[in-house]
Amino acid sequence: MSTTWATSPSELLLRAAARSAGRRRSLLRRRITLICGLAMLAVAILACTLAPLLTRYSPTAIDPAGILKPPLSPHHLLGTDQYGRDVLARILYGGRIDLAIAFGATSVTLVGGTVIGLAAGYIGGRVDSFLMRLVDLFFAFPFLVLIIAIVAMLGPGVFNMFVAIWMTSWVSYARIMRAQTVVAKKQQYVIAARALGYGRLRVMFRHILPNTAPAVLLFSMVDAVGNIILAASLGFLGLGAQAPAPEWGTMISDGQNYILSAWWLATLPGLAVVFVGVAFSLIGDGLADLLRAGER
Amino acid sequence: MPGAALLTVRDLRSYLATSHGVVRAVDGVSLTVHEAEVVGIVGESGCGKTVTCRTIMGLMPTRTLHASGEIIYHPHGERNLLGAPRREMQALRGSHLAMIFQDPMTALNPVRTIGDQLVEAVTAHARLTPREARARAVGLLERVGIPAPAQRMRDYPFQFSGGMLQRALIAIALASSPRLLLADEPTTSLDVIIQDQILGLLAELQRETGMSMILVSHDLAVVSGICDRIVVMYAGQVVEQGTTEDVIGRPSHPYTQALLDAVPHGEGRGELRSIPGSPPSLIDVPDGCRFSPRCPHALGECRTWETELIETSGPGRGARVRCWRYRELGKERRWHAHDLA
Repeated sequence: MSTTWATSPSELLLRAAARSAGRRRSLLRRRITLICGLAMLAVAILACTLAPLLTRYSPTAIDPAGILKPPLSPHHLLGTDQYGRDVLARILYGGRIDLAIAFGATSVTLVGGTVIGLAAGYIGGRVDSFLMRLVDLFFAFPFLVLIIAIVAMLGPGVFNMFVAIWMTSWVSYARIMRAQTVVAKKQQYVIAARALGYGRLRVMFRHILPNTAPAVLLFSMVDAVGNIILAASLGFLGLGAQAPAPEWGTMISDGQNYILSAWWLATLPGLAVVFVGVAFSLIGDGLADLLRAGER
Repeated sequence: MPGAALLTVRDLRSYLATSHGVVRAVDGVSLTVHEAEVVGIVGESGCGKTVTCRTIMGLMPTRTLHASGEIIYHPHGERNLLGAPRREMQALRGSHLAMIFQDPMTALNPVRTIGDQLVEAVTAHARLTPREARARAVGLLERVGIPAPAQRMRDYPFQFSGGMLQRALIAIALASSPRLLLADEPTTSLDVIIQDQILGLLAELQRETGMSMILVSHDLAVVSGICDRIVVMYAGQVVEQGTTEDVIGRPSHPYTQALLDAVPHGEGRGELRSIPGSPPSLIDVPDGCRFSPRCPHALGECRTWETELIETSGPGRGARVRCWRYRELGKERRWHAHDLA
């Protein structure tokens, strides 16, 4: 922000031009964050879906003759594990589960939590009290402990892991959405919409939601990363994907026994988690900047 | 010109529960709006004008509001709209009763285009094909005087100026051809020239459609220009009401007189006087006449006597004043509505 006065109209014009050029550049820089994130995610998704084309090994095929081969050894780019299974194949196939968690678990909780928070905030009264006490109940337990308890009850497995996440992580969305809705419903444009005789659903979904969605959308990007790590943690604890199915967390868990002799077993799937996590973070940051730019 | 009664409000009270106590925002307001009539509600900020409008529309938060009295919208039958089921009010709002707001900048959804919101309003109470709805929306924008309406449909509210937004809001309010429009200080946040244009537009649309209108303002000059009758409110009560000529020409209540003294009129006729003090707290309302603490003519009795609305003119004219000394204080003024610029 310059505090000196322009001395001539031409200087004013120059300054305006410089400012708008600066804004264009910063907009591009913001977009680059988003584009990088999307590109990284696309690479991850493509690699996992096209796994059969990228590697000729099966993720579960055992080869007693070639165990614990280090990365860059012939035929095995990322080496093999203690059973002679190809690590690259396991990472690529394992990513399918982790990405499915990132999308499947997150999208369901995003939609469910948003609708519940919107209803609680807009309808208010007893509905609000009931739903929010329910949310408090879930928040009262340490999150991971709760998930572990649910998975332990349902039995380990990928689908039960989904169920556990669906049951618990809608609460964050509901709480964010409710707070946003309570603020939005006192806004003049909502009162004006009601003055036009619009029904509750219309006001909620067509008037409040478009104004409050950015907050939960951005949170969902963070949450997707969290869910991947959660899936990895549950796998690590033996509550997620079951052997011999490949899953990044399970792989890290198995690999830690060999951490001194075969570092690649735990490290490489860990890097895969980091890669996808960074991709989601970049998308979240880029999206936040873009939405904020739209507000201006 | 006015015909049969369209809206009757009887002894309306809207009390709001707050953490500081009960705010008696509207305390026994009665008024009638006839067909094709423009009624002005005037008063200082915080005297219950907006709450009156919002209570009529059923837009007050129900959990903290205690409302009593009667709101009867005659085309809908002789039933009280206060406490009517939500769906019943929803069906009336927009199609029969519409409202425009004080601050046009915030009354439109910031993330949706003007056209989108206008089309939504057009289709809210009528079955139209998308093409018909769009055509009607463009027609409405054109009618309220927005140039190049088809192009402006794609704009977002932030791309409109305040005056244009108020025009767009008027178009949205009129989308379902309401019988009664409540205009809550529609020009307060606009500059004087735009204010004039908007008022002119409202008056024109009212004449054209034959709808009735309640025009709320703190500015007597604004109200006197286009209203058939005027209701003056003070501290949640009606202190004077009557035809525009009666209220402006022969103000009987000291508050109305004080308001008129504060408005520039004619050419240099006397100085402008402001009213000393400020309106009383509506939580702790003064005894007796509510204007007595600020009234230059107040006597001891004024501070203890309950005041009532007294009929001052012959039957039919409906002029009423809430001052027991109206006979001695009601001066014949030389003012006329057109004097107030």
